[in-house]
Amino acid sequence: MIGIMGIKTKLAAEDFFAARKRLLQMHFDSGVGHIGGNLSALDAMLIVFHEYLGAEDKFVLSKGHSAGALYTALWSLGRLQDQDLKLFHKDNTLLAGHPPAKGVADIPFATGSLGHGLSLAAGTALAFQLKGNGAQVFCLTSDGEWQEGSTWEALIFACHHRLSNLTVLVDHNNLQGFGSTSEVASMSPLWDRLKGFDAYLQIIDGHNPDAIRAALEGESQRLRIIILRTVKGHGVSFMENRMEWHYLPLSEAQFKMAIEEIEGSHKC
Amino acid sequence: MRKQLCDALVARATKSEMVFLTGDLGFMALEPLQETLGQRFINAGVAEQNMVSVAAGLARQGFEVWVYSIAPFCYARPFEQIRNDITFHNLPVKLIGNGGGYGYGVMGPTHHAIEDYGVLLTLPDMSVFVPVFDEDMEAVIARAGASSRPAYIRMGRGEPPNGYTVPAYAPWRQLTCGSGPVVIAVGPLAGTYIDAFEQLPVEYRPNFWVVTELPIEQNPLPTELANQIEKSSSLCVAEEHVRHGGFGSDLLLYLAEKNIAVRRFRHLYARAHHFERYGSQNFLRRQSALDVDSMLAILKNFSTPEGSQHD
Repeated sequence: MIGIMGIKTKLAAEDFFAARKRLLQMHFDSGVGHIGGNLSALDAMLIVFHEYLGAEDKFVLSKGHSAGALYTALWSLGRLQDQDLKLFHKDNTLLAGHPPAKGVADIPFATGSLGHGLSLAAGTALAFQLKGNGAQVFCLTSDGEWQEGSTWEALIFACHHRLSNLTVLVDHNNLQGFGSTSEVASMSPLWDRLKGFDAYLQIIDGHNPDAIRAALEGESQRLRIIILRTVKGHGVSFMENRMEWHYLPLSEAQFKMAIEEIEGSHKC
Repeated sequence: MRKQLCDALVARATKSEMVFLTGDLGFMALEPLQETLGQRFINAGVAEQNMVSVAAGLARQGFEVWVYSIAPFCYARPFEQIRNDITFHNLPVKLIGNGGGYGYGVMGPTHHAIEDYGVLLTLPDMSVFVPVFDEDMEAVIARAGASSRPAYIRMGRGEPPNGYTVPAYAPWRQLTCGSGPVVIAVGPLAGTYIDAFEQLPVEYRPNFWVVTELPIEQNPLPTELANQIEKSSSLCVAEEHVRHGGFGSDLLLYLAEKNIAVRRFRHLYARAHHFERYGSQNFLRRQSALDVDSMLAILKNFSTPEGSQHD
């Protein structure tokens, strides 16, 4: 596989730490929340963007509220610059709270309303199949997003059309906007619901880079679904598995504490 | 119009980038298109939200995408997908809704589409086509297909009088001439008035126009029509669409901005999604006072000095 920059770059541990710090810095500078779900999704996004996404491939962020992780991944590739990130969530920015419709070439669709991304990715994958160009599509959904009926419509379509060039990553962090996914609308475990479909289903540790890589290298004769078992707020202990970090911005003291923890864990 | 639609799309299917999506509809009508397009004819199933977003995904990669369903299933169910995925990205997806207005008649209000173009024209860069006669479909498909905008085609059934010679397609067409008021109708409804208007004495016969392309911003009034309105100052608009967001209000805004005064204005429109009883399209038109007798009563009223101010 060739990465988006044309060179396969296997990420090292320090790359994940650096991206996590930059994500927190960006959110702190802008006073913006939605941090927990960014931290749960960031590791897989970094691996896809650096190690698997070719020049013709597309990545669709269906859970648009993790735009911060998307911007950070593009920053880590040099596709966005520090000056872009400094404007995140501010007036006259390209980087809105959810992925923009125009202005960033690596972002194919404005998302943010849940339940659209998988269909958009399926249409893109079908286009690539009709063209016969061999390009791949990656789509990252949340776990709460599977409460949207349109996501199931998209799954039925993608399986029926055997979109083997489409990989669905599910950021399964167990928490949504106002409760845990099992409390709000239990399908727990989601993978049992998905097992009935004609797709290649894998359930992995969403923060283990080698497990993510192995899953992305797996069978590709059918639609590929990878359940990333993740931790909301991953890497910052006071955020982990806490629903409030779906929304809250960081205070200065919390930001310093979070950075110290990341730097400390990196040194270990 | 479905046969003419199919013929026009089959003729277009030589374009390798053309893809057609249907929401499980088209039995006994679209089989020739299915055969011609092969794998580029996709029955997306009973899943309109997904179908519209898939269409956006295909269009983003350069395909010319047509989406077909019964009208309300084409725009009402997947409205957010049209808004976010098609129009926010200005993708030229063409939505084809069959049975616009009260076209599905006694099938009931779930199948009617009387707020369709008003709703869709709130979206950025959207174009609407309301073909009047079956013969219009070829030109409508060609014009919609050539446009870089997203578009909605409201299909009905052509209703010209017996023996009528259908005029060549144009976005605006004058169907009768006289010294009476100006009447403008949207789409196939126009055909139901032609015969009655032609039988009126010339001094009462309206200058009767039909419009096929909306909004006015994209399809301004012909100068001749604007002059007729200015001269007559009596204007009636008929449309099988609810009052809010319809062509009538768009037209009045346009005329106000152009400083064209209208002293007497009457609007015939779809008055309700459902009434006390169900019935055919013509029954529902009568319930809404869109039928020819209601139209003639308006014209008669226009002909009196105090006329329409009190009815």
